[in-house]
Amino acid sequence: MMKTCLVVDDSKVIRKVARHILEALHFNVEEAGDGREALDRCEAGNLPDVILLDWNMPVMSGMEFLRSLGASALPNRPKVVFCTTENDVAHIRAAIEAGADEYMMKPFDRDTLESKLQLVGVA
Amino acid sequence: MEVSDRAAQVIAGLFEKATGQRFTEERFWRIGTTLTPFCKARGIGSFDQLASILARSADPELSLDIIDALLNNETSFFRDPNVFTQIDRHILPRLAASRQDVKRLRLWSAACSSGQEAYSLAIMLAEQAERWAGWKIEIIGSDISRSAIAKARSALFTQLEVQRGLPIRQLVGWFDPVLDRGWRAKPALTSLVTFARHNLLGPPLAGGRFDLILCRNALLYFSPERKHQMLEGLSLALASDGALLLGAGETALGNSARFVSDPALPIVYRSAAHARFTNAA
Repeated sequence: MMKTCLVVDDSKVIRKVARHILEALHFNVEEAGDGREALDRCEAGNLPDVILLDWNMPVMSGMEFLRSLGASALPNRPKVVFCTTENDVAHIRAAIEAGADEYMMKPFDRDTLESKLQLVGVA
Repeated sequence: MEVSDRAAQVIAGLFEKATGQRFTEERFWRIGTTLTPFCKARGIGSFDQLASILARSADPELSLDIIDALLNNETSFFRDPNVFTQIDRHILPRLAASRQDVKRLRLWSAACSSGQEAYSLAIMLAEQAERWAGWKIEIIGSDISRSAIAKARSALFTQLEVQRGLPIRQLVGWFDPVLDRGWRAKPALTSLVTFARHNLLGPPLAGGRFDLILCRNALLYFSPERKHQMLEGLSLALASDGALLLGAGETALGNSARFVSDPALPIVYRSAAHARFTNAA
């Protein structure tokens, strides 16, 4: 069965690039433009297998989303891969402590994204 | 730039002579795609001009650079994760027990390209600090490509390279960011690994036999005769009870009588002589 990836990013271009790669990797792709939109989807029971999560977004940041997701006691919490331009150790450590399963620094390519999906066990 | 048959033959001949690898006509397309920017950067206007320079042996540095450019340097951290799981769960525990008296471990990442495989082994061992406390551990990475070995020695990897196969926790645990250049392996890793330029068809590496040799995705580029020659060399370099790992699509069986498959761990090849000895005992 095809797995679903929710791409959460305020950049349409990044969402389009990620969709292109993910569909080539046989994922069903859903999109959200900010953390609030993504959280609403999850809390409504529309849970993907994996979430590709930007850090800096309007309305609700990736970190706020991740903390809310962790507090929401959802069954079968999706895997979360941060996908961000923040590439310093402090941000990476903060993401891991908040419960991110993996962390991908932009720019990324197909090999990078596929590797991260393998590392979290969805590809 | 167009590649004439004559130029392709000269370049392929140079490559085969230096590396022993087959450069068949099916791979000639790589000459154009790989070497066109290479030639332009050096003001060489055509592949015929390049072939003439090479045929005269007029520029040894240029020849080495071309060989480097044509070698396949594909690699990544923890490539084929199942192999590393097997090393972790089965091969290292067995070596820890059998080498307990000497407390010395020598691992060889042969045809290591830019060193990600050797560093992956180093990470694995460094994370088992308690098991290996007091041991002398040597991880040697070798490759025929001089640029790949230079990169491996630098221990510096691009942001894309560290994101292929390397879990993020291990990235921040074992590498330091280098502003605008990527990530460099920490001294705790670099102290475990050394790198050498080495041709697998040449004399063995110095320093003694290895307890574990990884030689993955190298055999496939060689003719049956060269495969045999390479496996003979690997058999001389492997400790009598050591383990050899090849790539997923490669086998020692049929290419050399020096190795047998380990019945308990099919991805591992062991010395046939040692297997006969232990079976007889």
